[in-house]
Amino acid sequence: MSEDILSRVRKVTVEELSVKEEEVLETSSFQDDLGADSLDVVELVMALEDEFGIEIPDDEVGEIKTVGAAVEYIEKKLPK
Amino acid sequence: MSQELARSGRVVITGLGAVTPLGIGVEKFWQNCLNGVSGVHQISLIDPEPFPTKIAAEVLDFQAEDWLDRKDARRVDRAIAMTVAAARLALDDSTIQLTDELKDDFGVFIGSGIGGLNVMHEQTRIMYERGPSKVSPFWVPYMIANMPGGIVSILNDLRGPNVAAVTACSTGANSIGDAYHVIKRGDATMMLAGGVEAPINDIGVAAFCAARAMSTRNDEPQRASRPFDLDRDGFVMGEAAGVMVLEAYEHAIARGAKIYAEIVGYGMTADAYHITGVHPEGRGARNAMLRALDRAGVTPDKVDYINAHGTSTPIGDPAETLAIKGAFGDHAHKVAISSTKSMTGHTLGAAGAIESMVCALAIRDQKVPPTINYETPDPACDLDYVPNVMRELPIEYALNNSFGFGGHNVSLLLKRV
Repeated sequence: MSEDILSRVRKVTVEELSVKEEEVLETSSFQDDLGADSLDVVELVMALEDEFGIEIPDDEVGEIKTVGAAVEYIEKKLPK
Repeated sequence: MSQELARSGRVVITGLGAVTPLGIGVEKFWQNCLNGVSGVHQISLIDPEPFPTKIAAEVLDFQAEDWLDRKDARRVDRAIAMTVAAARLALDDSTIQLTDELKDDFGVFIGSGIGGLNVMHEQTRIMYERGPSKVSPFWVPYMIANMPGGIVSILNDLRGPNVAAVTACSTGANSIGDAYHVIKRGDATMMLAGGVEAPINDIGVAAFCAARAMSTRNDEPQRASRPFDLDRDGFVMGEAAGVMVLEAYEHAIARGAKIYAEIVGYGMTADAYHITGVHPEGRGARNAMLRALDRAGVTPDKVDYINAHGTSTPIGDPAETLAIKGAFGDHAHKVAISSTKSMTGHTLGAAGAIESMVCALAIRDQKVPPTINYETPDPACDLDYVPNVMRELPIEYALNNSFGFGGHNVSLLLKRV
């Protein structure tokens, strides 16, 4: 797993969900652990799109339930 | 509703929360009103350079982070954040202890003339610049004009009736009058009631400039809002949130609450005349005042103070003057009248709320705040506008007037308890 991507996802998560950096673990679920509701998730996904310059289609948002899953998803999406 | 006390239908004001250009917190607001302080300055929330009007009455020291958690503070509309603050201040001022039973019987009527205009404007810009997929999921909840009251109910767990009036510049007065009726008819024991407006952004300033309604006295901001003065040239836009606690009289007495004043009359009419222009003879305004008096069973000569709508527009102020003469007859020349918009600017949907607070405080302290910037009398405005200096006066009844685009007219009559 890319440490660079992980740290950028954590940074975006801290910013968007107003949580403390130490709370944002690879295993953290955005909704179950970090207090996000469905609208927060939409906004978080938009922020990740901006951060990484990618498009995340609505039907793939369901794959991004945890910080680690977001990192894996973004790794797949980024040009090699 | 709880029935342990027989209810007379009397409704009193037991808490005030003010977030205004004259200060945050009701005592600071009120002292500045009495001292004739102007809250008008060059606009700081946006770059005023492109606009014909470059002045407004802003709540300079307001920070959303002081009142909301970091996540909400960052993204709610300024109108919502200011309302949350005003509601908190009003609840604290009332010293009410919220029990589970009371929360079911505690409602919220808080409206806004426009709603979350900052969020609406910003997200519309994003849609055109970056495309529809970049529009925030929070556009809808933070734009709709009923959300300030919705969020206040959520944060304070208030589960009674919850409605938002949207009647332009009479919104705050309608909200208080409607909440008064809710308690009077037994649908709630307590209500938070008021209004909010946070219109100072590019589209808000541009739109009111386009309507040719605002003063352009840019080089003298503090002298720009001059209701009833001959040289007035339009209103000065302001932002504010005003929320008051209304309470069934017996409930307030039983808990030993501090009571500012009683609400005894609520008159509502429509001009049925023009979308933005007032009826030239003030027909609807006159009838709203007469209805408020009639509902209270009070004759016009009993009214000691009128907080006028008095926006400082060339046409509005003489029409209100005629309306007061029509309603009060000879007593029109004896009653003390002032427009605190001379100091606060015109806070649109909040105006009726903060000006009803002025009436309540005038009754409490037996003092009338002045109309500042009154220098040259206008023959068309020939009543006693309490020019420039506050006045000590025995006040038994005080009336608040609020009129809005669309032709809405509201008068609220308050009585000393």
